[in-house]
Amino acid sequence: MEAVAEPGNLSGVRHIVLILSGKGGVGKSTISTELALALRHAGKKVGILDVDLCGPSIPCMLRAQGRAVHQCDSGWVPVFVDQEQKVSLMSVGFLLEKPDEAVVWRGPKKNALIKQFVSDVAWGQLDYLVVDTPPGTSDEHMAAVEALRPYSPLGAIVVTTPQAVSVGDVRRELTFCRKTGLRVIGIVENMSGFVCPHCTECTNVFSRGGGEELARHAGVPFLGSVPLDPKLTRSLEEGRDFIQEFPHSPAFQALSAIAQKVLEAPAQLS
Amino acid sequence: MEETPHNCPGTGSAQAGRGAACQGCPNQRLCASGAGEAPDPAIEEIKEKMKTVKHKILVLSGKGGVGKSTFSAHLAHALAEDENTQVALLDIDICGPSIPKIMGLEGEQVHQSGSGWSPVFLEDNLGVMSVGFLLSSPDDAVIWRGPKKNGMIKQFLRDVDWGEVDYLIVDTPPGTSDEHLSVVQYLAATHIDGAVIITTPQEVSLQDVRKEISFCHKVKLPIIGVVENMSGFVCPKCKKESQIFPPTTGGAEAMCQDLKIPLLGKVPLDPHIGKSCDEGRSFLVDAPDSPATVAYRSIIQRIQEYCSPHRPKEERTSLVPETRGDMDASSTASAS
Repeated sequence: MEAVAEPGNLSGVRHIVLILSGKGGVGKSTISTELALALRHAGKKVGILDVDLCGPSIPCMLRAQGRAVHQCDSGWVPVFVDQEQKVSLMSVGFLLEKPDEAVVWRGPKKNALIKQFVSDVAWGQLDYLVVDTPPGTSDEHMAAVEALRPYSPLGAIVVTTPQAVSVGDVRRELTFCRKTGLRVIGIVENMSGFVCPHCTECTNVFSRGGGEELARHAGVPFLGSVPLDPKLTRSLEEGRDFIQEFPHSPAFQALSAIAQKVLEAPAQLS
Repeated sequence: MEETPHNCPGTGSAQAGRGAACQGCPNQRLCASGAGEAPDPAIEEIKEKMKTVKHKILVLSGKGGVGKSTFSAHLAHALAEDENTQVALLDIDICGPSIPKIMGLEGEQVHQSGSGWSPVFLEDNLGVMSVGFLLSSPDDAVIWRGPKKNGMIKQFLRDVDWGEVDYLIVDTPPGTSDEHLSVVQYLAATHIDGAVIITTPQEVSLQDVRKEISFCHKVKLPIIGVVENMSGFVCPKCKKESQIFPPTTGGAEAMCQDLKIPLLGKVPLDPHIGKSCDEGRSFLVDAPDSPATVAYRSIIQRIQEYCSPHRPKEERTSLVPETRGDMDASSTASAS
């Protein structure tokens, strides 16, 4: 679906990638964060838009919780999470007075804020805007897709875990992508096995194979499997740069490969 | 507000603005236009329907993927093991309805009868309802905005013929939005025993769970307690324990102590749980000796005790935690 690039706060953004999943807790925010960090290490300027209004996880993952959002002429200034100002972030988490405050909003109010996040944040020049979403196929997803449509997103990365219960929901997400005309860049299977740090035995904690099977069934690319890695979980908890600090960790290779595919996607899909 | 006339039919009634007594009332036009706050009649209808339901438990979490549906399903299985206990499991996750798969009921359809929709019965004493049963293909997406989701939840509560039920368990999607507000509002005229809140040990989950707890306080929903799921993993080969989801800020234990809420128990990660759920079987039956099964059963027993009619009502609605061996973290309030 071709759309003429609109003027406005997203006009300086070259590529928009949405991170989706029908299922909760599969690692959308994790993949969004790690993808952004990997793209940054590849020399790109990256923005992250967190449209999970009820459970905004990304500020903590980048050690940016409690930061203030400033205004400029074009709107809200996104929060830079690094000194070099290569990674910027906007999340409802920054707008809450207290971190434990619940955002108990019905759909229309959520839609309004998401529209504002798209049109009123002064992203500036970005190579990539990564949009993290909550689980489901509802208000937030429709609002984000509609608001981003004029800017021709590169597509969506759909995250699942291996087991059938996840894949069951993610199949519906793929239908959502099809119905809304959102291209699927590929499927990532997260939490794909756990290597015991004591004896290196790999256990399939959340079953195996579902992500790859789903990609085959749906005819979309399989971008890779990311294993369970407590170093990754810990990095996210502590807001550290996993890509930089743990290049030998099991998850690193998988995440780097996924980032590489995203870097190649614009050329492949044009 | 000016004086209401004698025999005012009430601003919420169908006669508002239209009754004889309304003539000359300064608010007549307002009431007649229907702009007066008439509560949804469904709330009363649901109250009637819920008269045959003894206990209602909501299973919540701010966070996705922590095991709400897994827990709801196994709570239902465990309660229904007593064939004299009638159990109903209602899945209000409209976008991601996992319950049919976990209960081994994928592909089942809902039937209509004179008395409403029939739930799908797994056992004679275990009925299940989910939007999943209304979809014809596993690829069908429910791409609905809030109001339509709310309508579905209303129908589930008002139009399903649950019959005489001892326990109605409501499985919810993650978040604090339409579905959660609606289920609490529609059940407002009935008594909800309380909410069981599921989390995993790491801060990224607890962060969302604290918001859910805040939501419960806001809507005055009692909290039965918190379950910490995926709490440690024992390698099947070397039997050593690892923390896949490390409790970097003290896990649910610290959060419960902080917020003075009971910790119902901790369930370790067992790869068999995922497998049983994928295959639609009760993990409690598949792996009766697993530490996870032991933990589940202990938690479920605490929930039954909470709901027990012999327990005084003041205790049931209070947030004062009980102490029980090493399962509870709260050290402040004394046991009853």
